[in-house]
Amino acid sequence: MALKKDFVKFDKVDKSYDGKVLVVKDLQLDIEEGEFVTMLGPSGSGKTTCLMMLAGFETPTNGEIYLDGKAISSIPPHKRGIGMVFQNYALFPHMTVYENLAFPLRVRKIPKDEADKKIDKALSMVSLQGFASRMPGQLSGGQQQRVAVARSLVFDPQLVLMDEPLGALDKNLRESMQYEIKHIHENIGVTVVYVTHDQSEALTMSNRIAVFNDGKVQQLSSPDELYEKPVNSFVAEFIGENNTFVGEVSDISGGKCKVKIANTDILANPISVKGRGEKTKISLRPERALINPSDQMDNIHSGKIEEVIYHGDHTRVRINLLGNNQFILKVPNSSANLDIKLGKDIKIGWNSEDARALDPS
Amino acid sequence: MSSETKQILTTDGIPLEVSLKKAERKNKIKAFLLVAPLLLFLIITYVFPIGDMLFRSVDDKMVTQMLPKTFKAMETWDGQELPDEEVFAAFHEDFIKLVEDKREGKLSTQLNYTKNGFKSIIKKLRRKSKSFEEGNYKEQIMSVHKRWANVEYWRAIKRRAPEFTSQKYLKGMDMYVNEEGKIVSVEEDRRIHRVLWLRTLEIAFFVTVFCFLMAYPIAHLLATLPMKYSNLLMICVLLPFWTSLLVRTASWMILLQQQGIVNDFFVGIGLVADDNRPEMMYNKTGSYVAMTQILLPFMVLPLYSVMKTISPSLMRAGKSLGGTPFVAFWKVYFPLTIPGIGAGCLLVFILAIGYYITPALVGGASGTLISNQIAFHMKSTLDWSFASAMGLMLLSGVLVIYWLYNKLVGIDNIKLG
Repeated sequence: MALKKDFVKFDKVDKSYDGKVLVVKDLQLDIEEGEFVTMLGPSGSGKTTCLMMLAGFETPTNGEIYLDGKAISSIPPHKRGIGMVFQNYALFPHMTVYENLAFPLRVRKIPKDEADKKIDKALSMVSLQGFASRMPGQLSGGQQQRVAVARSLVFDPQLVLMDEPLGALDKNLRESMQYEIKHIHENIGVTVVYVTHDQSEALTMSNRIAVFNDGKVQQLSSPDELYEKPVNSFVAEFIGENNTFVGEVSDISGGKCKVKIANTDILANPISVKGRGEKTKISLRPERALINPSDQMDNIHSGKIEEVIYHGDHTRVRINLLGNNQFILKVPNSSANLDIKLGKDIKIGWNSEDARALDPS
Repeated sequence: MSSETKQILTTDGIPLEVSLKKAERKNKIKAFLLVAPLLLFLIITYVFPIGDMLFRSVDDKMVTQMLPKTFKAMETWDGQELPDEEVFAAFHEDFIKLVEDKREGKLSTQLNYTKNGFKSIIKKLRRKSKSFEEGNYKEQIMSVHKRWANVEYWRAIKRRAPEFTSQKYLKGMDMYVNEEGKIVSVEEDRRIHRVLWLRTLEIAFFVTVFCFLMAYPIAHLLATLPMKYSNLLMICVLLPFWTSLLVRTASWMILLQQQGIVNDFFVGIGLVADDNRPEMMYNKTGSYVAMTQILLPFMVLPLYSVMKTISPSLMRAGKSLGGTPFVAFWKVYFPLTIPGIGAGCLLVFILAIGYYITPALVGGASGTLISNQIAFHMKSTLDWSFASAMGLMLLSGVLVIYWLYNKLVGIDNIKLG
């Protein structure tokens, strides 16, 4: 069976809570079957609202959501058959782990022996065998989270929604849970829609990431593309670290453009600029700029070191370059780079295709 | 193991345990002094009166002290035939002393509690005893009235010999000790207390049920509404607390009387005929309506405080896992509110079981409770020991319910706020 391209489809969905402000604007989003899609964005960007509309706890003000080809706006949540993991786990505190997992099976009237098999399977999937008779209150945060994941999967839903499920865990646990959820997804091939505001979580886990801002999807693409090729300056600044220059296009030709910054022209890759005189913001990843550049690089400038921060495996160097004193460089910790000292002038170079000229906002 | 561990010493060479105790003693004394006034207050206003009440309800020393010689002489009497001269002589001696102290009236009241008919014969005996001659008191007393020659009355006197008695408790349950010393029920048409006890339980039970049915949705609304609306609703719930109980009951009288607002409304919409207005007051209906309204906040508040802690995502989880809204409510939400239900029901039931003012004002004859009977004996008959006995029976009833609740639900499961 071929995997459906538009297993979940948001079609021109608008959502407003008060009739004045649109929280989600004209959302168009297709999710493939078996995909792990993350909705990433700052708080208030509309990502959780989208998830709640998909789960059925909010209704779209306008537009329609399709699940497996069927419009679902008029289907109540309990008939959608969508598994969900909540931010605060939402385990039923008066039931044991076993009863928590049995709940979705019992309401579906699945015979007990079959249900027991499913529960065993789900618990072994999150490596919690032997915890069936515990109460949720007796489990640690990470274990509760695993039970919540197991419960959302135990009734074999086609789609699982996760609403910032790792938000309450500490850093180490969060990282190991990220891999665990990723592996579960890879093993059983269920479609997952994941909401988070943590970009590293999104980059680690997802097949594709939808970056939300201001009720709109700014970019929907794979993690590497999102990082390497952001389509606008919001995405560039939201994902990872970023050096920016604001300037004006002075020339555009042959797939390159010249941008005038502080009376100096730099070469950049024109992404969203079309002609001369346009304002633009250039985005350059810190690791793409090198010190002691080779001569092939088409941008070579010199700047003064303002700050050096030792990070063990690398050193962060803040440089005043072309009037921007927030220019960050990541210098690998190698013997060749021992001469980085505060106040020194150094040469920095990068390739023009890594400097993306984006919208000025 | 502990014997092997070496005693740890502080740097001063004092055992650690000793210096720890010393260091904490000051705090302990401070803490005790802080609670001491309250403790004293509780002992004076609660423990003593309750203890005194308990004592009063079983205390029967009065007659014992009034007829000390009689009871001493009666010790050897088997109670089959009339007692012999010795007892009569002792009784005469005691009686003369009582007449001198003008206390024979009290004796007659007390003996009359035990057996009807003592009042008149004691009065007669007092008059005649002035002309009694020395010796042969048996003949002389028996000649005063034929009841004095009846062995049953002498048995009745002997029954009052012990210093303590359970007869008040038996009376509270419409029972008494008969001439043979057996515990039997009074005749059917004279049983009043059992009916009252059952009615008290019935009214308290149904008031609790009504309160629960009404308070649950209100509490749920309170817990889920946005702050600005829930605050307003909370004020509405608490408003009755800020009004005098008497005023609230009186306003129910205005509403419920036959020419009252509710009846006018029913006539107005044609539900009842004008000449056939239902009686909603001075009967059980009045007690039900007024008590439910007055006790409602005691159910709402514990429910609300429990519901407030239940995360809304639990209901959502229940639904997303496939439970219908009803299943999600019944399997997830409802079990989590049980501590609040328990607290509210226990509170309302216990308050209702001892309710006094409201049933007295709107209850009429068929809507009064056992507490009204207790008040009646406190104020009108002045039989305080009987009132105490019934009060203690009420208290032990409440304790039984508390114990039952603890067995069924567990008292640690209770949540008042």
